[in-house]
Amino acid sequence: MKNTLLRLLGLVVPFKGWIALAILLGVATVGSGVGLLTTSAYLISAAALHPSVAVLSVAIVGVRFFGITRGIFRYLERYVSHMVTFKLLARLRVWFYQAVEPLAPARLLEKNYHSGNLLGRVVSDIETLQEFYVRVLAPPLVAVVVGVVLWFWFGAYEATLALTFLTFFILAGVGVPVLAYILSRKLGQDIISQRSELAVEIVDGIQGMADLLAFGQEHQQAARIEKLNRQLLKLQRRQAWVKGLQESLGNILMNLAAWSMFIIASGLVRDNKLEPIYLAPILLATLASFEAVLPLPLAMQNLSSCLEAARRLFELVDAKPAVVSPANPLPLPNNYSLSVKNLSFAYQSDQPLVLNNLSFELSQGHTLAIVGTSGVGKSTIVNLLLRFWDYNQGQILLGGQELRDYSPDDLHKIISVISQTTHLFNTSIRENILLARPAATQDEIESAARQAQIHNFIQSLPQGYDTRIGEQGLRLSGGERQRLAIARAILKDAPILILDEATSNLDALTEHEVLLALEKFQQGRTTLIITHRPVELEKVDEILVLKGVAQC
Amino acid sequence: MKLDKRVLREAGNVRQYLFIVAGLGTIAGLLVVSQAYLLSQVVNGAFLVGSTISQLWPLLVGLLVVFVGRSLISWASEIVGNRAAEQVKGNLRKSLYQRLLQLGPGYTRGERSGELTNTLTSGVEALDGYFSQYLPQMFLTVIIPLMVLVATFATDLLSGIVLLLTAPILPFFMALVGWAAEAKAKQQFKSLSLLSAHFLDVLQGLPTLKLLGRSQAQTEIIGRISERFRKTTMSVLQVAFLSSLVMELGATLSTAIIAVEIGLRLLYSQISFEAAFFVLLLAPEFYLPIRALGTKYHAGMAGSGASKRIADILDTPLPNDNTLPVTQVPSKTGPQIIRFEGVSFRYPNQEQLTLENITFEIKPGQKVALVGPTGSGKSTLASVLLRFNEPYAGQIWQNDNPITLWSAAGWRKNVAVVPQNPYLFNKSVADNIRLAKPEATLEEVVQAARLANAHEFILGLPQGYNTLIGERGARLSGGQAQRLSLARAFLKNTPLLILDEATSNLDFENQALIMEATRLLMLDRTTLIITHRLSTVRDADQIFVLENGRIVDFGNHAALLQTEGVYQDLLGVRSEVRGVAQ
Repeated sequence: MKNTLLRLLGLVVPFKGWIALAILLGVATVGSGVGLLTTSAYLISAAALHPSVAVLSVAIVGVRFFGITRGIFRYLERYVSHMVTFKLLARLRVWFYQAVEPLAPARLLEKNYHSGNLLGRVVSDIETLQEFYVRVLAPPLVAVVVGVVLWFWFGAYEATLALTFLTFFILAGVGVPVLAYILSRKLGQDIISQRSELAVEIVDGIQGMADLLAFGQEHQQAARIEKLNRQLLKLQRRQAWVKGLQESLGNILMNLAAWSMFIIASGLVRDNKLEPIYLAPILLATLASFEAVLPLPLAMQNLSSCLEAARRLFELVDAKPAVVSPANPLPLPNNYSLSVKNLSFAYQSDQPLVLNNLSFELSQGHTLAIVGTSGVGKSTIVNLLLRFWDYNQGQILLGGQELRDYSPDDLHKIISVISQTTHLFNTSIRENILLARPAATQDEIESAARQAQIHNFIQSLPQGYDTRIGEQGLRLSGGERQRLAIARAILKDAPILILDEATSNLDALTEHEVLLALEKFQQGRTTLIITHRPVELEKVDEILVLKGVAQC
Repeated sequence: MKLDKRVLREAGNVRQYLFIVAGLGTIAGLLVVSQAYLLSQVVNGAFLVGSTISQLWPLLVGLLVVFVGRSLISWASEIVGNRAAEQVKGNLRKSLYQRLLQLGPGYTRGERSGELTNTLTSGVEALDGYFSQYLPQMFLTVIIPLMVLVATFATDLLSGIVLLLTAPILPFFMALVGWAAEAKAKQQFKSLSLLSAHFLDVLQGLPTLKLLGRSQAQTEIIGRISERFRKTTMSVLQVAFLSSLVMELGATLSTAIIAVEIGLRLLYSQISFEAAFFVLLLAPEFYLPIRALGTKYHAGMAGSGASKRIADILDTPLPNDNTLPVTQVPSKTGPQIIRFEGVSFRYPNQEQLTLENITFEIKPGQKVALVGPTGSGKSTLASVLLRFNEPYAGQIWQNDNPITLWSAAGWRKNVAVVPQNPYLFNKSVADNIRLAKPEATLEEVVQAARLANAHEFILGLPQGYNTLIGERGARLSGGQAQRLSLARAFLKNTPLLILDEATSNLDFENQALIMEATRLLMLDRTTLIITHRLSTVRDADQIFVLENGRIVDFGNHAALLQTEGVYQDLLGVRSEVRGVAQ
């Protein structure tokens, strides 16, 4: 945990100048509040002794000054701290992306096997961390500075005053947060797990509604949801209880501090150790200074959620890349024949083999189909050919040379993959196709789209090639997505083509169209087809049937 | 900022809690004034009168009582606010799910399901801030400043006037600067979530980017977009923060004005010290609740946004009227004839009919197949037969009874469905099969699984029938899920069967096992099949070809193959290829 915190702080270090400024402004804001009430109290106390106006003028200037600065400092503080937040956000994103890019997709997929939601969590973790400065780092630092300043001020009058102040200040700033943390730690975990249990039942209840209704089980599901709903609310009731306690404790400590300070200061006045005119200012300064510690319980809670988020991110980022690029990679071959010899592979050493002693040849310009039931390792072959993972038993030869001796980046230049998982980005159709070759002209894009049988469809869209895909824009059908992926591959024009279940999700008519589009494109390319169905296998030179481990 | 009325009504009676909040607020106001009074008295005593601590002791004890009182009140307010929120959230979540059940799968399926889940979980949760924070603070913002104002007027007219004059200025300026800026800030937060969406998009597409050799270039793009976002956002926030500037300035400047004003009058003995100090202590308390409302504004905003979405769901008109008792159930014995008579259906907000004048009959024990391209209305037809949707015209008959004779839930007891994408619940395998009959014994479950050719693979799972399915357990392949779905249908054992067949994702092995189990299931059952699969179509007694919601052709497989048309288009391609492969 300590280590996580240090690494987290390391990410913030580049902004230390801005952070120092923001904290200074935070202190100035609280300080202006303290200053306003203190000088006001001093002004009134002094006035009560009926001196000349001139004596009061300094105090009056002080009151007016603090009356104006408070708002201005608050404004500047908010501005600068938001600036830090956004700078931190940009840095976190770039940092995470740079760290994770060499790990993709192998290390991301491995962690991913239980939850499809890993990346969504990454994004929300980063959003949590973006608040690390404003909600975690800043409040205690401001409180420390305020505490120290007042400690010196009260110490100038009398040590007991300073000690009393500090005792209450620390009780409210450290004691209450720690108490609240202890009281709510288990509760917080219970609430999170209760909430996710409820979410699971709700997801089941909504996505599975057709099945529930068809089998007449809807009321049982509603009852389950209702039960979890009430359980969650009960936990939240206890949470409110703790939160109320924590706020009440903070407030009563603030008041007790002022009360004790007053009694001590009165004693000092009686012993002539303190001028009576300072009684009211000390009282009000104490009250006003607690503005700095009241947000600390919240900061403590935020700290633990930030540390949780950071721990998860670091854990992801710390993985070693699955594949190391050779120090002196071979230049790309002229001959694109593939040869696999006695290849065995397991994703992790303690897991069973996915491929066992597999061998096949695919000579340049020919087409080989690999057929087999799901889970026999067809996609694993693709992962190895792309060097997303590395093999250590057996050989894969490309143009007669060991695949491991090429750099993965170079390999990706000569291989096009069309798969079910091809990702289309939430941007225009043009940009999606252009990814394959950013320098391509409009003519080249259109010609690729024509070959992929998707040009007419694109033209029929309201904004043509500039239509956006995805959440905010167009929803494409499976066939349209697949044909866009093909257009991309055509534009990329790589000599090796891998079709990984490229038409599996399509209905018969669409499949036919897509297969036609592919047929022309395949010609002259070394093509590997991965499928579990016989449909695509008409124009194939050779078929390899995979049947579970220990085959071929 | 207002909450949707409909949501408030559905939320039930939270008024009682609000009365308590108001009562607590009044006591809190009294305590605020008492505290200021007692403090001004003790300071006056020690500072000017020269009282000893023991003389001041009763006042000091009084202060302690006030402190404890204030803390208890604030604690109680938190708890009461939470109770109000609890009632609202609890009731809404319940009625939302009930509403979704009534709206049925036609409304909840597909793209919408994620958003609906979100509304039921975090959407409802967002109301918490409104009821537990914002609303109670609204009361405090009215009550406390009012009481402070009264106390100030009673003590010092001029200071009272200053407070009275500045009070409306604050909300006025807030409104002036705030609302425009707030709207902009909201827009900006929306684009912040778009930025997150972009980042997620890039992460999800990372393998694709790598393959295309574009992944490293993205680093720079992410940095640039984030930076550009920061610049535009900061320029908006510059304005948005003005509202807090006005707020702070208003509060502190008025305090400063009062301090100087009473200080000068004190100098000329126009006011006593204790009165002056009393007013000085009250002034910040006057603005405190207004400022606190500002910080709770966002909590309230989130709730108000969520309430609109919640109200939309609650206000969605129900497709059918399920008032008939579920206890009436069609007879499960005897032959079942199903007859569609001129059935038409139209989805809400759509002009085109999805089903138009559909008429056909399935004789007892017969198998009727529906084929047609995507979007031809096949699945809608099944959903009408399941009464997830009510026809817009026409009627469906079972033997001599219109199926509307029974409640939808009652009717469904007569039908078993094997859907295209069976949903597997986050439960054990056995419980997933038991969906069809919750009271079934394990023997019955195993028997059904055997018939569905699922028993073998279930035994191969880590904990057999007790293996959990889903995120926290085993993931099943499409074919395995399909076989569990068949097991459900075997367990339900109804005379009427609907098969909505998956078209893909099945490998040879699964396909053979499923075909075998399906044939067994269809024996002696009146069956409606929605299919692309040639092998099932070939066995059907009758085939209806659907296009654009109309039956365009019918006959048996052999006859249809002879006529040119949609049927050939649909299956011709496939049969050719299959011929080669076989």
